[in-house]
Amino acid sequence: MLTISRELVDAIVAHAREDHPDEACGVVAGPEGSDRPERFVRMENAERSPTFYRFDSHEQFRVWRDMDDRDEVPVVIYHSHTATEAYPSRTDVSYASEPDAHYVLVSTASEEQQFRSYRILDGVVTEEDVKIVEAYG
Amino acid sequence: MAIEVRIPTILRSYTGGAKAVDATGATLADLIGDLEERHPGLRERLVDDAGLRRFVNVYLNDEDVRFLGGLGTPVADGDTVTVLPAVAGGAR
Repeated sequence: MLTISRELVDAIVAHAREDHPDEACGVVAGPEGSDRPERFVRMENAERSPTFYRFDSHEQFRVWRDMDDRDEVPVVIYHSHTATEAYPSRTDVSYASEPDAHYVLVSTASEEQQFRSYRILDGVVTEEDVKIVEAYG
Repeated sequence: MAIEVRIPTILRSYTGGAKAVDATGATLADLIGDLEERHPGLRERLVDDAGLRRFVNVYLNDEDVRFLGGLGTPVADGDTVTVLPAVAGGAR
């Protein structure tokens, strides 16, 4: 299960809506071993595409180094689908390579908000519950 | 002295859990060859017949080697090589 604050959910959804119709992407870092998303980092979609996203390799290097310096890990890796539902595509699965991350998908295809979370490990997708909290206890 | 290679979580099963390992070589290709001898199986996760795998980013110090000389990029003692999984995907 992903437990995440409402503030972070709102930030991710706002980013997805802002970049629509292109896909938006980013991470939420948290302390290593905590499984608690805390620090919102929006990333450039280097592809600027409605059907594909890729972190810019230089930006990713800086962000990953910052996380390393702070003893953080990417607790959440998010991106949006802008014309389809919030379910991982085959491309998403083939690239997924952070075994401990929650892969969050937001769909901006309709007005109804879709915010869903998955574990993707060795090509196997498992949807998980999302618990939105006002603050971490 | 050697070259420090920083290993991402997903590949640490090849390094006994180590976040960073040492290797030597004159070019990135040599370095990956040396890594393979020390940590069998790692090379295949980094390169294929066409060169660096597209799912992987490799940096020499803070530059993506795709913007340097790819596998032919010269490396030297004291350098740091960082491997990160590319983060990508999309609706198709």
